[in-house]
Amino acid sequence: MLLDKSVATFGRYLMLMGRTFSRPERMRMFFKQYIKEMSQLGVDSIGIVLLISFFIGAVICIQIKLNIQSPWMPKFVTGYTTREIMLLEFSSSIMCLILAGKVGSNIASEIGTMRVTQQIDALEVMGVNSANYLILPKVLGMMTMMPFLVCFSIFSGFAGAYATSVIGHVITIEDLTLGLQHDFNEWYVWMGFIKSIFFAFVITSVSAFYGYTVEGGSVEVGKASTNSVVSSSVLILFSDVLLTQLLS
Amino acid sequence: MIEVKSLYKSFEDKEVLNNINSVFENGKTNLIIGQSGSGKTVLLKCIVGLFRPTSGEVLYDGRDLVTMNKQEWKMLRREMGMIFQSAALFDSMTVLENVMFPLDMFSQDSYAERVKRAQFCLDRVNLLEAQQKYPDEISGGMQKRVAIARAIALNPKYLFCDEPNSGLDPKTSLVIDELIHDITVEFNMTTIINTHDMNSVMGIGENILYIYEGHKEWQGNKDQIMNSTNERLNSFIFASDLFRKVKEANQ
Repeated sequence: MLLDKSVATFGRYLMLMGRTFSRPERMRMFFKQYIKEMSQLGVDSIGIVLLISFFIGAVICIQIKLNIQSPWMPKFVTGYTTREIMLLEFSSSIMCLILAGKVGSNIASEIGTMRVTQQIDALEVMGVNSANYLILPKVLGMMTMMPFLVCFSIFSGFAGAYATSVIGHVITIEDLTLGLQHDFNEWYVWMGFIKSIFFAFVITSVSAFYGYTVEGGSVEVGKASTNSVVSSSVLILFSDVLLTQLLS
Repeated sequence: MIEVKSLYKSFEDKEVLNNINSVFENGKTNLIIGQSGSGKTVLLKCIVGLFRPTSGEVLYDGRDLVTMNKQEWKMLRREMGMIFQSAALFDSMTVLENVMFPLDMFSQDSYAERVKRAQFCLDRVNLLEAQQKYPDEISGGMQKRVAIARAIALNPKYLFCDEPNSGLDPKTSLVIDELIHDITVEFNMTTIINTHDMNSVMGIGENILYIYEGHKEWQGNKDQIMNSTNERLNSFIFASDLFRKVKEANQ
């Protein structure tokens, strides 16, 4: 029964994506929406990304220095470990989990409200492909902005680590800088970008699906919003394992 | 002209529409009336194409909506305008942008021409002064008027209204009814209004279809409705004290 339901839901998701990924009726309108979504979903998320990354960068640095670093280890270990955690997991995967909450619930509730207030029906009656008009700019807008958010997250995390050095004197600036530069592998940055772009697709498409298929009223919109965050988070965690294995 | 022939619609085991046959003429306000749950919204959605009928035909000037291919269907939709019960305005857009939306999507005109056309439509519904406001900054009646302006922006041949007076006071309802009627005559459109507002029925009911439990129970106009001998129709119309007294006074 549960399997049947899951397969049916996945089928409906694929059908919606089929309608979403078609040629926009008016490129002018598409680009207008695309720019708007990049601003709403991406630019408006910069603040929370900077804030969380800054403190997580600082905390990672303190934890490594106090709990892992020992006299028999090289001095660069703290900075090196902070960099690897930020590059490999936090800025790409964990940040996307956080954005699944912010962006995902925003998308599901926006589209869900449009559904229950008949705005989507209005688009359909006008002859507009509502899935394409509403969902495609969100998906592409978020996929475009995500690598920039990952960059901001990485640098903000490093800034947090430096703050523990300058303000808290947990580690010297020289040791931290040495660690951050030690044995740098450029591929890790690309890996973070690739993962985050995939996660951006998961967050936006899954949340849009939940919002688009809402039936009922405000309670159902709330449920759709919650379900979208839960589903996209689970899918991010699951696909993170696969992508990490594939790309490493 | 829109013609509905032998229309059936079921949801799983539940039959909602049962053998509906009717003709909706152009240049007239055609009303679908009935109690809540009688199937009138489902009928309207089948006519508009938001629901696919289980069987039957919906003919738009001879073109069957049910058997149309994607391209024909797309073209037909551009000849339609619809006013929803909740007005269904896009809340992220201003009033002017709402009215311009169908023009932005489908018109080849320049920006200045599109603005001019949208302002003409807003002027037609006496809302030009509210063009820069957002839907949540205007009243329910004004939202319905914006919805009318948006519906006529592309100069449609067919206009559909789903309970346009829902949630409005009697005076504003009258304004909306008159506006829809005037626009229908002015642009020679085929207008179908789904309502259970008896004031609308008596005011603009040029062709009235009464639906009872999913089937066509009665069809006529506002002059015939008061003298109808159909019991189900009478129990629906004269459920209101006011109309009962009007009938008694007439007799």
